[in-house]
Amino acid sequence: MIRILKQSLGIGVVTEAAPGIEDAELERIGVEVLRHVHARLGRSLSIRQVDAGSCNGCELEIHALSNPYYDLERFGLHFVASPRHADALLITGPVSRHMETALRRTWQATPVPKIIIAAGTCACDGGEFGVSYASCGAVENVIPVDVKIPGCPPAPLDLLRGLLAALAAPRK
Amino acid sequence: MSRFDWFSEFLARLEDEHLLAHSGNARLLAPAHRLVLDAEDWGNAAKVAAGLGMRHAGVWADCGADCRPGGSDEDGQPVGRRHQSEPAGSRPPDSIAVYACLEKEGDYVVLEARVPLDRPKLPSQTPRFPGVDRLERHCHDLTGVVFTGHPDTRRWTRHQAWKADAFPLRADFPAAGHVTCQVPADADYPFTTIHGSGVYEIPVGPVHAGIIEPGHFRFHAMGEEVLRLEERLGYVHKGIEKIAVGRDPAGLARLAGRVSGDSTVAHAWAACQAMEHAAGCAVPPRALWLRAIMAERERIANHLGDLGAICNDVAFTFALIQCGRLRERWQRRSRELFGHRLMMDAVIPGGVAYDLAPAAPRTLGDDQAALRKAVLPLFDIIDDHPSLDDRLITTGRLSAADARSLGCTGYVGKASGLPFDVRRDCPYPPYDTLEVKPSAETDGDVAARVRVRMTEVLGSLDLLDLLLATLPEGAVTAPVPTAASGAVGLGLVDGWRGEILTFVRFGVDGRIARFFPRDPSWFTWPALERLIMGNIVPDFPVCNKSVNGSYSGQDL
Repeated sequence: MIRILKQSLGIGVVTEAAPGIEDAELERIGVEVLRHVHARLGRSLSIRQVDAGSCNGCELEIHALSNPYYDLERFGLHFVASPRHADALLITGPVSRHMETALRRTWQATPVPKIIIAAGTCACDGGEFGVSYASCGAVENVIPVDVKIPGCPPAPLDLLRGLLAALAAPRK
Repeated sequence: MSRFDWFSEFLARLEDEHLLAHSGNARLLAPAHRLVLDAEDWGNAAKVAAGLGMRHAGVWADCGADCRPGGSDEDGQPVGRRHQSEPAGSRPPDSIAVYACLEKEGDYVVLEARVPLDRPKLPSQTPRFPGVDRLERHCHDLTGVVFTGHPDTRRWTRHQAWKADAFPLRADFPAAGHVTCQVPADADYPFTTIHGSGVYEIPVGPVHAGIIEPGHFRFHAMGEEVLRLEERLGYVHKGIEKIAVGRDPAGLARLAGRVSGDSTVAHAWAACQAMEHAAGCAVPPRALWLRAIMAERERIANHLGDLGAICNDVAFTFALIQCGRLRERWQRRSRELFGHRLMMDAVIPGGVAYDLAPAAPRTLGDDQAALRKAVLPLFDIIDDHPSLDDRLITTGRLSAADARSLGCTGYVGKASGLPFDVRRDCPYPPYDTLEVKPSAETDGDVAARVRVRMTEVLGSLDLLDLLLATLPEGAVTAPVPTAASGAVGLGLVDGWRGEILTFVRFGVDGRIARFFPRDPSWFTWPALERLIMGNIVPDFPVCNKSVNGSYSGQDL
């Protein structure tokens, strides 16, 4: 236990330590997201992530959002285990044909406001994989998309920016 | 030990079995030794190989290889002899080439046989090498090759996106396919069932609860205990082998870098290595060193991520936070010096896309020293903490026999007593000048896989120090000559998950005609089914994470 305390106390809080330009921007974006979350939803934003065919690069960067540098949850954004608990779907990958029905079912299971965010170049326009016998290409070829976050994969800050855009976008 | 010192015995044993093996152009698929067999001898060759204790490194087929690969073949096979005046693809191919790669003591043999397109049958090697079960089924689903005597005739990669009698990798199958409506779920896949009082099924996926790739797991359990786990993958099949056809080398490298995003450097390197072998391209030493630096950085980043996640799966979040912090800093440096947080598209045919600035090696050296200093106390805690010991030791044990029979490499094989590492056992430059220390783990449980990963992080840091100290000066790219039509090449790279094997054949105009990247996950996914047996259902996440197979890398 003493070793753990030593390590934790020794490292301190990296989230707030020595903010550079990037960290300042992170703070700004994060706080803005929080304001929108409260204005729109009056509570935190629950996100269900769905990999519809990605190469797993996007998942790595989405995971990074939870590391202590970005610490996504402090902005009221958090990932949930079921689409039925979600306000938003964060979808990666071109939609593989084999995931098409699973994605549609996940979408149907998501309650309003059902914000659909396509994360990563593949989800935005099909990327390297495009449309083929095995791939439907962009997410919008399968379900309606509210916000696109390009990038291969999008860096964590790009993902945060995209989430902000999702909340700021006028609802259909 | 000299190279290939078992090879003459292999040939002698083949002869004892009355197998006719022609070496032909034996170095066509260097570093592997190529042997051409009659299709009917395919099963017996596996028997001989298994008898010699060889490891199966994968099987694949090439539907378009009507011409003899390399154009300088002299093995005297009557089927599909090369017509020099006729470019590949100008007439429909009449045979399918089937390849199997086997390894012993770091030396590789590629077996090759031809089957007629209208009757593409040959004996299965799965009865001798259970690890290739799904590779043969994948091969059948995409090319139509029938492996007779295969113990499992169910579809694997195919769900409902194409019909059972259509084969996407055949020349007459359009890349766009014949899809006209929504592809239904593969609802009637015949899972193996267990009946009995108190036995129940748990279906999981394809959409999982965490931030993870899609796949389906079918558990049969009694109480808490897992009686059987059956995986159903193929959900992220993106037709990579099909859409590779017609790409130029740069385009193929980009695609290879997205076979499995976490292994982008290793897969791109393997693909480039295969293309460079086929085209006869000498990559400048500095580029090879930079590739190795990136590959070791990739290994460290992934192990850090997984070590944290494994600990988190048994509620030791401290390690997740600490490892996540170190990984993030590592990735930011990759972004700064190699142009991308995951170093995607940094390996290109003929070299690398980014050279290091003069001051960069010093920065990297400082980073490496800082990381070593940071991980030592952390690993000390992970290695010796009562709550982790309690959950990880004896959990998810893969026996050495299972690991060997499935052909596991990487940390899964190493934790079960198989120290094979391409970097040491079949070293490609620059590893031929470096010493990669062998792993000494044998327990095969989650704790052993954790220890292997920690050892690999420290080993990679040592290698990085050496690579930086010996980094050659000079160019970082070389022009890639246009490969001859029919030229083939093999890439063999040790990715962070283990051995990656990539086969490439060029068509006309230096365009890719066949690309097959074989991720190590093909062999570790079946290992997960075995190591979970007898464990409790709640330990599945930690067992799964300790293996961390790539869905995308195996679904292709």
